[in-house]
Amino acid sequence: MKLGKTAVGFVILVAAGIVAPFVIYPVFLMKALCFALFACAFNLLLGYTGLLSFGHAAFFGSAAYITGYVITKLGFPVELGILTGTVFAFGLGAVFGSLAIRRQGIYFAMITLALAQMVFFLCLQIKATGGEDGLQGIPRGFLLGFIDLSDTLNMYYFVLGIFLFGFFLIYRIVHSPFGQVLKAIRENEPRAVSLGYDADSHKLLAFILSAGLSGLAGATKSVVFQLASLTDVHWGMSGEVVLMALVGGVGTIFGPVVGALVIVTMENYLSGFGSWVTIIMGVVFVACVLVFRKGIVGELNALIKR
Amino acid sequence: MFEWLGITPQGLYGQLLVGLINGSFYATLSLGLAVIFGLLNIVNFTHGAQYMMGAFVAWMGLRYFGVNYWWSLILAPLAVGVVGIVLELTLLRRLYRMDHLYGLLLTFGLALIIEGGFRQAFGISGEQYDIPEALTGATNLGFIFLPNYRAWVVAASLVVCFFAWFVIERTKLGAYLRAGTENPQLLQAFGVNVPVLVTLTYGFGAALAGFAGVLAAPIFQVNPVMGSNLLIVVFAVVVIGGLGSILGSILTGVGLGLIEGLTKVFYPEGSSVVIFVIMAVILLIRPAGLFGKEK
Repeated sequence: MKLGKTAVGFVILVAAGIVAPFVIYPVFLMKALCFALFACAFNLLLGYTGLLSFGHAAFFGSAAYITGYVITKLGFPVELGILTGTVFAFGLGAVFGSLAIRRQGIYFAMITLALAQMVFFLCLQIKATGGEDGLQGIPRGFLLGFIDLSDTLNMYYFVLGIFLFGFFLIYRIVHSPFGQVLKAIRENEPRAVSLGYDADSHKLLAFILSAGLSGLAGATKSVVFQLASLTDVHWGMSGEVVLMALVGGVGTIFGPVVGALVIVTMENYLSGFGSWVTIIMGVVFVACVLVFRKGIVGELNALIKR
Repeated sequence: MFEWLGITPQGLYGQLLVGLINGSFYATLSLGLAVIFGLLNIVNFTHGAQYMMGAFVAWMGLRYFGVNYWWSLILAPLAVGVVGIVLELTLLRRLYRMDHLYGLLLTFGLALIIEGGFRQAFGISGEQYDIPEALTGATNLGFIFLPNYRAWVVAASLVVCFFAWFVIERTKLGAYLRAGTENPQLLQAFGVNVPVLVTLTYGFGAALAGFAGVLAAPIFQVNPVMGSNLLIVVFAVVVIGGLGSILGSILTGVGLGLIEGLTKVFYPEGSSVVIFVIMAVILLIRPAGLFGKEK
């Protein structure tokens, strides 16, 4: 029964993804897909391992910069550029993860935030990142040498493919034996250790996977918008992805996708109102924490079960 | 001493002074975080916003009501403390029985609201707050011209830090606080009103941040984002020092400020990241932090 429900969800998601660009503005959809993948990757860590990272912008943003740099300055083809950015995020995740898992709970959040701020300052100072301007005009180029990505629909389906790949991968990770051990660690770490599981190496691997997939989202975003900027590595971005997961439902498969859609839509409509976006995001944060901890999908699941 | 590196003694002492000032702010803010964390088990993400509010209340007081610096030094922390108490009573209180992460997320949301509100009202360009007349000018110490206001900032924040340390470690009230950190249920059983203690502690921590904000107002530009950037550095300071020890937070704060100042002299490019690098190294060799206890 449960499997059936998820399968239905998948089919709806794929069908909606294919039809959507004929109904809704495709550039908006691509933005939503990139952030949805980012939020799903983040949720792999918070929702299924119980680790709250406040520095995921570091992976998202640095991958965006690397991809932009190798495509623009070194002339890499687009798919290789995205791959390079993603691999870099995996590597950065390995370094940051091995430092951060040495402490738990709130310290973990503070460490990831501080390390991400270091990346922010580096991106601000290094010449290759273009400082305040960021990297602009990243060419979209041709996928596999012949599919013209400057065509919006081609680009959209490429992004949809990447998203579905990442989404399915996360689904497989969560439902693998490895994912079950992660959940055991989340629920009761000492007990998981006493059963013979090496909690630290599981946490580290989850961290690396989450970082790498966040990087994939960031790399794709830089190609879509042809831009990598300081906003991508700023702590505000780390906060945003936490909010997306929280709004949609932490620890649910479809939650982060819904959360990302909600937040991106909100930003889209409020973009003319200056700092009100920040204020409203703060209010949503407070409301989620106080009265709406399960998020949209979590609450829906609870309703269906009743 | 370092002339062969192209560094003048004046430059060195100047940067060390800047480091000392930054260090005093790190110390005051991480002390407030440590006090709040001790009793409430919450990492107060609103701390940076409270620091910013202190500076803004002082600026608004002078601009609209003619309240001078010295009154602001008392009134602004009080105002920030009262706002903190209201937040604790209405919102934070509901989360004590839940995972600590929710407290962190709630205070992060509050920080966004406060910062966004001030940005909407005052823009991000920043406002000027003049140094009070009694503290303008500088004193010649022989090897350096010491601006009087900066000397005052260092002295005032260190005095406040040591006052806080004295209250917590050497008085009856402090004994209650420490007991509440160890075992709130037992303390309550002895007839101490723990919820009131918790509320006042949060108010005190917020007021401390507000006080630092007033001190900072004439040095840095008073602007809505002044707190959030500082707070992330303070988080790194807290990870390095550990939240367990009051004296430890003060020492770590001042020490890291000085190291940051030295980095500005010898390797300016590294000054914005040096504290984060130190944090990474400390995590490698002593994961619990310099003054932390391994749980």
